[in-house]
Order: sequence, then structure tokens, then C-alpha cells
Amino acid sequence: MRRSYVRALGTVALAATLVVAAGCQDSGGGDGGTASGDCGGKIAIFGAFTGDNAGLVIPSLNGAKLAVKQFNEANPNCKVEMQPFDTQGDPAVATPFANQIAGDKSFLGVIGGHFSGESDATMPIYQAAGLAMISPSATRTDLTQKGNTSFYRVVGNDGTQAGAVATYLKAQNAAKVFMIDDGSAYGAGITAELGKNLGASLAGKDKIQEKQAQFDATISKIKSAQADFVFYGGYTREAAPLVKQMRAAGIQAKFVGPDGLYDPAFPKGASGGAEGAIITCPCLPADKAGGTFSADYQKEYGIAPGSYGAEGFDGAKVFLDAFKDGKKTRPDILAYVKSYDKQGVSKYIKFDAKGDVDPSKVVIWAYQIKGEAIEPLQELKLS
Amino acid sequence: MHFDELIGHLGQHTVDGLSKGAIYALIALGYTLVYGVLRLINFAHSEVFMVGTFAVLGVWTAFGVQNNPPVGQAVLFLVLGLVAAAVASGGTALAIERIAYRPLRRKNAPPLIFLITAIGLSLVLVEVFGLLLPDTVGGALPDLFGRPRQIVGMPTIIKQETVIQIGNTGITNIQVIVFASAVVMMAILDWFINRTRYGRGVRAVAQNPETAALMGVNQERVIMLIFVLGGIMAGAAALLWSMRFGFTQNSIGFVLGLKAFTAAVLGGIGNLRGALVGGLFLGLVEVYGATLFASNWEDVIAFVVLIVVLMFRPTGLLGESLGRARA
Amino acid sequence: MIDKIRTADRRRLSLLTSVGDRFRALPKWQQAAAFLAFVAFLYYLPLLGVPGLTWLRTDSIAGGNNWAGVLFVCAIYVLVAIGLNVVVGLAGLLDLGYIGFFAVGAYSVALFGSVNSPVVKWIQQKFDLPPTWAVTWAICLLLAIVLTMIFGVLLGWPTLRLRGDYLAIVTLGFGEIIRIVARNATSITNGNQGISAIPGPEGAPSADNEVFGLIDAKPWYWLAITAVLLMVFAVRRLEHSRVGRAWLAVREDEDAAAVMGVYPFKFKLWAFAIGAALGGLSGFLFASRNAFIDPTQFNANLSILFVAMVVVGGSGNMIGVSLGAVLLAYLPERFREVADYRWLAFGLAMVLVMILRPQGLVPSRRRARELSDRAAEAEEVPARV
Repeated sequence: MRRSYVRALGTVALAATLVVAAGCQDSGGGDGGTASGDCGGKIAIFGAFTGDNAGLVIPSLNGAKLAVKQFNEANPNCKVEMQPFDTQGDPAVATPFANQIAGDKSFLGVIGGHFSGESDATMPIYQAAGLAMISPSATRTDLTQKGNTSFYRVVGNDGTQAGAVATYLKAQNAAKVFMIDDGSAYGAGITAELGKNLGASLAGKDKIQEKQAQFDATISKIKSAQADFVFYGGYTREAAPLVKQMRAAGIQAKFVGPDGLYDPAFPKGASGGAEGAIITCPCLPADKAGGTFSADYQKEYGIAPGSYGAEGFDGAKVFLDAFKDGKKTRPDILAYVKSYDKQGVSKYIKFDAKGDVDPSKVVIWAYQIKGEAIEPLQELKLS
Repeated sequence: MHFDELIGHLGQHTVDGLSKGAIYALIALGYTLVYGVLRLINFAHSEVFMVGTFAVLGVWTAFGVQNNPPVGQAVLFLVLGLVAAAVASGGTALAIERIAYRPLRRKNAPPLIFLITAIGLSLVLVEVFGLLLPDTVGGALPDLFGRPRQIVGMPTIIKQETVIQIGNTGITNIQVIVFASAVVMMAILDWFINRTRYGRGVRAVAQNPETAALMGVNQERVIMLIFVLGGIMAGAAALLWSMRFGFTQNSIGFVLGLKAFTAAVLGGIGNLRGALVGGLFLGLVEVYGATLFASNWEDVIAFVVLIVVLMFRPTGLLGESLGRARA
Repeated sequence: MIDKIRTADRRRLSLLTSVGDRFRALPKWQQAAAFLAFVAFLYYLPLLGVPGLTWLRTDSIAGGNNWAGVLFVCAIYVLVAIGLNVVVGLAGLLDLGYIGFFAVGAYSVALFGSVNSPVVKWIQQKFDLPPTWAVTWAICLLLAIVLTMIFGVLLGWPTLRLRGDYLAIVTLGFGEIIRIVARNATSITNGNQGISAIPGPEGAPSADNEVFGLIDAKPWYWLAITAVLLMVFAVRRLEHSRVGRAWLAVREDEDAAAVMGVYPFKFKLWAFAIGAALGGLSGFLFASRNAFIDPTQFNANLSILFVAMVVVGGSGNMIGVSLGAVLLAYLPERFREVADYRWLAFGLAMVLVMILRPQGLVPSRRRARELSDRAAEAEEVPARV
């Protein structure tokens, strides 16, 4: 008797809880307050801040943080807040973040995505929310060819860089170029673009896979092709052992790679094998970069900016300038970004109609590995 | 399809494949030993190898080894590296046995539980070397751990030179060393298992644990012995790897372990000579396949070969037999 | 220390069983009411705003993820866990390549439903169709399920005769093969560039879609949880049918089952196909919600995560595996500050659970009995492994 009473009470209590729950709604997150004061606001930055590829993305995050910090110090009554969202580079994690950022009206701009996949996956969401997206490092060419009107990038796309590489190779009288890529969206993309520009000097190609350690088959193909230049589209992990084994096998061909290898871990990982390798990067050498960015970065984080540090800084700077200009709504900021026209630290920043940085303003430099350092060699002609 | 390339340089590809397979074979021994006695797949064995490469790197870093040292020093460093790797890998294998497998053996758990525990342990080891150590001691030892999950380079100990040239086939000194030391290590192990008193104990337990126990074979000691032996072989493989490829990373074990296991199964898991045959066979198939198609199909080729061989010869090429006649 | 954990765990388990027994002792109508209340709570969950419970929401922390979006992922993983549970828990086949089926399901909607896929473009060209044409979402759903079942049979046919641990490694290889093919066959799958504009129930993703729009993730969660409830019901029926009993018989003792006239191969193949179809369904939902997939999302680590969900939760028990799935998907999102250590934590959890409680957090009662039988045997006879 007593037990059934308790049970009935329990059922009632549960039902009551549900009713109460439905009653006092606090949908949370959805409608944060808008920025206080005359200027200032909140921006989001998303990318792979943890996980296997974090090393490529952290400099950009740090660059953006530095920009925000300097801005807040210079403008004490105009506070800007930047919220990082760690996607681990996974489009499936980036999508709910995009829902979150788009739904939270206090966010006025987004820096990201850092990889092409996560950018491709989230672009429609940010566009629907009318949020401007500025990517420091998503270089896949077709991202800006999809008719999206809110995606901008402060980095040259793969097509531009591949064009510059092709011009460089021609200038070096490269007769036989062997192309290798790692099948990644980035590596395969830039290598395919280069292939279009090489014409008759393309002597052969091979594809390797991520985490590969032994490159005998590829090396044998390079030897048979008697290549004088080897282009590798991909990242450090595979490039370092590849170049080391190539050199050990006696291949003298010059090794050329794009900005994915602009990473201090590359010469270190190849322990001597990468000596003399050429790395192209749409990034200015530290002493050529505008202002005191490199020194500031070095002071703040104790290391050199690395890949995309300057681009992250520039991406944040565009939004900071918008806030300083008194823009406080998403449409205003989007319009401001569209017509942005200023010198940044990585390059002169002005966007074309599709959202790419004006091709005539893209600067691509060649660097050369000396010891464990990446030293600037020369500026490349674009075409 | 690049038939011309494959046929034109068949000799070269064969040499490359054999030297690749030799490392698979050494790691495969660890799977085979444990499987032969305990009938379980020590999935964490790939990480035993990975720990070995870090031990080699640690010793070389401690001695400040530079690229291409003089021959006398090179030999010394190789021996030191071998000792360090054998101790580290053997110790890791033993620790895995004590921490993970022994409690499960006491409970007579089904094989799948062992496998899942091993997968868990493997994840733990990968993350400890990829993240926990770089985060905690990486600052003090930048040459050893560097940035989290980053590839770490090692100095070149022996300069690669072609020592034998037959037609368009060149065999390098490193390939000779890798192949010869792998075969020698395996011959020693084979002798140990088949000719010594301890080996007889191992074979006895593999054949019939109860009878072996009745005859006074200490089963626990045999199990420890096989884990340590498998670990030492993985340590030797780690040294050869470091000499040949000159880098390491926390995640190198996974794919390599999978391949080595495939090699063990191909040759007939539980069969020591089968590991050699399977390893060399897999190495050849991979290099031929990568030449014929492109290097990015290498893993697919390896796994398809595994599935096909298991379909037609479920016990591998040479059959399973650590203790010959098995019930 | 370990003893303390063991005692606490034993107390927790006895509480769990007593709650379970009490629940089963309730009158039918109260059971039904409680169940309905629970279902209502599940549907209410994305709106969770009860003061005192809001800290559960993943967006309650700075840099936290969208709550409904995370719930959707949890629901998808529950679906995966239920499917994998059919294979691992019910039929006792360790499948380390389950991600392969998930990927096949995802790619069937991507390849046939998106206007950006090479396959759709090829069909358009071949049959002179307008550039906006693609296979409808509902038909893609059927395609996904049929295709994954075919893949399940294709994989199962040659490999199911193998011993358990061989099967595990072969399936691991199978999962990798699917991923590598998706990456390398660029002319069919776009390779690592991925496929975007994957449709949802209202067609291609667009800001004009009324329910399954771009910004609000809640309808997607409701869709997924509906699928989960339907599948829980279906699998439950299956478990208690002739097929379900056959699976248990095969799992406990294959030879005895064969002697009694249960043909193990046939039922194993069924388990594989049904498990595969569930994996395909979850992959299908995953792809339509994210509207973008590429092969890097289907790596072997995820396969291992799936197995971890099932074994940590309690293989063989649907409540257990669902709990495992929710925990493993939810905890790293809620405690993002330690998120980089999630794989270390998963690994530790797998080892600890296997050593301390091989039957999982919420064990299947039958499975727990089986394991304690084995342990008792081990005490009688000197260990033979």
C-alpha cells in the first residue's frame, strides 16, 4: 500500500518536474547581450587548435590574439573580445560551432576556417547568418568560386601560388619536374594546379599517402624520370622523411615545396636532408613584413611567427578596424570587409569580387633551407 | 599501370621490397610468439616498437650524435642504440603483460577482451609519447619530443652507399645491414626456441599448457619470456628503422603494426619462420604494387592480399605451428 | 585504491539492478508512463533550460559547442552503438572496421544526392538532365541502407568463417580500404576535396529551408532521436525473436549451436548485414546534417572509438551501449579544456573497464553471468587461455 503510494508520488513528481522544466525556459547561449559602449564587439575564431595538425594553425590563432591584445591596449574604452572555438580541423565538429556562432547574435565576425574542408562545410551557415568570414589559411581555389558572398581570405589561393611556382621553375630552366602529392585537399589541390602550368617539363608524378615512412617506389620513379626538380605538395610529416631518403639515395634534384612545408619542424625532421630545399610561401619575410609584427610576436610568444601568423593577425585586424570605425551590426561589418583597402602585415589587403585577396597584391616569396633555418631567397613573379 | 617501370627495374624493386619486409618480419615475430603461446593478438605490440625508436633517439640525443660519424663511433652508437631499444621495448612488453594481460588471464576472459584491452593500451602509449611527454618534459628535451605529435628527426648514423651493383640493380650498405641483421636475429631466436631448454619450455606451453604445468614448466615465467623476446625483436626492428629512415613519431606504430601483423598472419601466425616468409612476401607485394599503381594504393594492396590469403589459406602460407602438432 | 573502486562499483551495480528489478515489478501502465516521460524528456533535451541543469549544456562554457548540435552527434553515435552492438554484443563478432559502413552510408547520400558530386554530374550528362537534378533524399536513404547491407554481406561472406581475432584485424583493414578508396578515387568521390551541398529532407542545404535550415540544429536532433527510438524498438524485437536467440546461441558456443540446427554462418552474416545497415543509416544522417564530408572524417581512430562505446557501456545491452556512446561523445565536448587528452582518456577507460569490469558499465545480465562462469572455471582448473 505504502509502496504504491510512493510510486504514484514519484510519477507525479516526475511529471511535475517536466512541466516546470518546460515552464521556466532559459534557452541559453542564443541571445547574448550586444557589445557595450560606442565601439567594440565580439568575434569568433575557429580551427584545429588541438589535434594532429594544430602546429599549422596555432600561429594564426596567436597572431589574431596578438592583434586583439594590441587593439585593446591602444583603445581602453573600446573592448574587443575574441572567442576561440577548437574544431580539431574536423568539418563535423566545425558545423555545430557554426550553428552556435551564427545563432549567438553577439558575434559580429568570424576568423576561419583554417582548413579548406571546415571552411567548405561551414560557409553556407555563416552566409545564412550574414556573418563575414575571413580565412587566414584556407587556400583551396574553388572556395571562392561557389557564389558565396561572405567568405574572404587574406591568403593567396593555391592557383596563384602554383602559378608562381611554375614561373619560378621556368626561370630556373627546369627541364624535368617530378611532382609528388600526399592526396590531401591541400597537397593534391596545389599539385594539380601546378600540373596545369608545367606543360612539357612535367616528367612524371606519384602520389604517396599520409603517415607513409618508406618511399622506395617513389624514389625509383624519380630516378627513372631523371628529374632535375622535385615538387612535393603536402605537409612536413611526409616531406621530411621523403627528402631525407631521396638525398640518401643520391638524388640531386632540387626539392621544391609550397607553404605547407614553411614549418621549422621540416628541416629538423629531415635532420640535414632538407638542406637547400626551396619553400614557396605567400608570406612576407619577417623583416619585410609591415610594422613591428614579427618582433611583437617573438616577444609575446617566444618563438618566430611561423606559418600564417601574419595572416591571422591581418584577419583580426580587418575586424578590429571595422569596430574602430564604429560598425556594430553584421551587415555593416560585412560591407566594411567587402570594401577593405589597407596595408596589412602579410600583404596589402583588398578583396576582389569573389572574396580572394586582389591577385595583384598577393606576394609570394621563395625561401631556402639553411641548416635548421628557413631563409628568405627571393620574391617570386606571379606569372 | 606502370608495367615498364616494374619489369625494367624488377631487381631494384625486389631488393627494396626485401629490405622493407625484413623490418615487418622482425616486428611480426612479437605477434607470432605471443599468439603461438597465448593465442591472443597483442595489439599493443606496435607501440612496443614505437617506444624502442624513442629509446634509440634518446640515447643518440644524449650522446649528441651528429650526422655521419666516423665508423668506429657509428658502430658504438648502433650497439648502444640496440641495447637501449631492447631494454625499453622488452620492458614495455613486459609491463603490458603484467598490467593488462595477467589480471585478465586470471579471470579466464574471452580473447576479445584481451584485444580490446590491448587497443586501449595502444592508444594510451601513443598519446603518452605524442602529447603527455611533450607537454610535460618536451620543453626540457626539445630534440626528443618537440611539439606534440610532431615528427622528430634522427641523425644519419651510416651514410647510404651502393655496395653491390648488378645491372641496373643497386644494393645499398643499409639494405644489406637491415636484411642481414634481421635474418641473424631471427636465426638466433629460432635456435633459442628450438634448441635450448627455455625454448623447449615455450614449445611445451604452446602445445599444451596443462601438461607442461604438470611436467614442471613454470607457465608464468614462459609467458614473461615470450613477451620479453618479442620486445627485444621489436627493439632490434626499432634500431634498424632508426638507421634506415631516421625519424620517429608517436603514431608510427599503428600502420606498421598492422602490416607486421598482416605479415605474421600471411606466413602463418605462431610460426617463427612463417613470420620471415610473410614479412618478405608482404614487403615485395607492397613495393611491386606501389610501382604498378601509385604509392597511395600501398595499404589497400596489403589488406586485400591479407583478405585473399586468409580466404584460401586460413592458417597462412606455412601454417600455424609454434609447438608443431597442435590440437 | 583499486579495491575501493571495486567496492564502489559493486554498490553502484547492485543499485542499478535493484532499480531495474523494481522497474520491472511496476504495473504495466506505470512502466509505459515512465517510458513516455523519458521519451518526452529526450525530445525536450535540446531546449534544456531548467535552472540548476543548464550547466549540462555544452554551450554553457566559453568556446562551448552548440548544444543541439552536440546532442545530434550523441544521437548519431547512439545509433552507431546500437548497430555495432548487434554485431559485437549480440553475435559476438568483433568488428573494428565499422567506420567503413558509416562511410558507405555517408557517401551514398553524398554521391547520389549532391549536385556537386561527380556521380550526379555524370548522370546529368549521360541522361541530359538539368544541372539542379539529383537523387531525392528519401531515395538516398533507401540507397544508403541497401548499399551498406550489400557491403556488409560482401565483407562478411569471405571473412566470417575466420576465427574471432582474425576477423577483427580483417575488418580493421576493410575500414581502412574504404577510406583509402574514397580518398584515392578522386574521379568518383572528389577525394580529399570532399563533397558539399549534401541534401537534407527538404533538399539541398539552403537558408530558405523552413525546418532543416542552416542555423538551427534542433530539428536535426529531433530527426535523429526519432530514428534512434525506431531502431531501438526494431532491434529489441529482433533480439527477442528467433534470430536474436540464434545469435546468442552462436555467440555462446558455435559448435553446440550448429549441432542444434542453428547454422552459424547464416546468422552471423545476418548480424553483419543488419549491423551494417544501422551503421549506414547513421552515416547517412551524419552526412545530410553536416552537408559536407571528406574521407578524413572516417579514419580508423573513429572505428576504435565506436568499439570503445560498446565495450565501455556494456556490450550486449542496448541501454549500456547507448550510455557509452553518449558519454564518449558528450564528455569531451562539455570538458573542452582537457579535450586534447580525449584519446588518452578513452584508452585509459578501455583498459580500466576491461580489467575491472569486462562486462561494461551497464552490463547485459546474460553476458555478466557468462563472464563470471568463465572466471569460476578459471579458479577450478589451472588457467588455460
